Amino acid sequence: MFEQNISIIFQWLIFLGTASFAILASILMVTRRNPIHSALFLIFTFLCTAVLFLLLESPFIAIIQVLVYAGAIMMLIVFVIMLLELEKELRSPLKISFSKGIGVLTVLLTMLGLFFAVFAGPKGASGEYTSEKVSQLGSIKVVGKLLFTEYLLPFEIVSILLLAAIVGAIVLVKPRPFGRE
Amino acid sequence: MTIPSIPPAAYLIVGAILFAIGAIGVLTRRNGIIVFMSIELMLNSVNVSLITFSHALNSMDGILFVFFVMAVSAAEAGVGLAIFVQLYRTKETINVDEINLMRW
Repeated sequence: MFEQNISIIFQWLIFLGTASFAILASILMVTRRNPIHSALFLIFTFLCTAVLFLLLESPFIAIIQVLVYAGAIMMLIVFVIMLLELEKELRSPLKISFSKGIGVLTVLLTMLGLFFAVFAGPKGASGEYTSEKVSQLGSIKVVGKLLFTEYLLPFEIVSILLLAAIVGAIVLVKPRPFGRE
Repeated sequence: MTIPSIPPAAYLIVGAILFAIGAIGVLTRRNGIIVFMSIELMLNSVNVSLITFSHALNSMDGILFVFFVMAVSAAEAGVGLAIFVQLYRTKETINVDEINLMRW
């Protein structure tokens, strides 16, 4: 009883800490003027959500989050920020206009709607993969088995999508100006 | 006395707040790369919700969906950043208000 309470108290502490840090870092990401600072705060948000995934007992997704999001995608974004000369954007102040105010208000109303939906709780048929069964079989083994049986077609489509993205990126950055006929 | 474990609603609220912050970033910022990073934040907050549902309902489908969302966002990052580099080469700016090549 006592040991169970201690583990739940630690789960709550980790959850509250990482959740508040993720929200704080994402607010800083949206408001900083320098894009490099924004990128670093976004990496911090991704690491915090990886800890949330660990709390939800899915270590595979947490590792993929750190490798793909915080590693590969953010590295790409930081490289592009360094390639572009953004001096003009850095010097221009943040403008506040009427249309932006309306946009923020709409998003906040949407967030309230999401909160009302959240308090209804997750409803639906419970599946067969309880956390004991998954930890007994191994999380990655279960994911791999599903990926190559039930989700084989989406998996193949994703491979074609990634190939198309590679070809598209190479064709786009070939040295050939847009406007020349 | 036992302390209740973390309810799924707490994770869903964190996901909703992150989604709203990302949407505010898309609507208010005019730097193309920061708009792009806000979109990545929105995709990530949806991943948090999917994993929460998957954990609460004892199902693996949410985890597989997160896997596919990550693959799509990686493809989007490659092509989107290539478009930004090419736009910067031709128009010398990535301010999304000044990019109106497709406007008739």
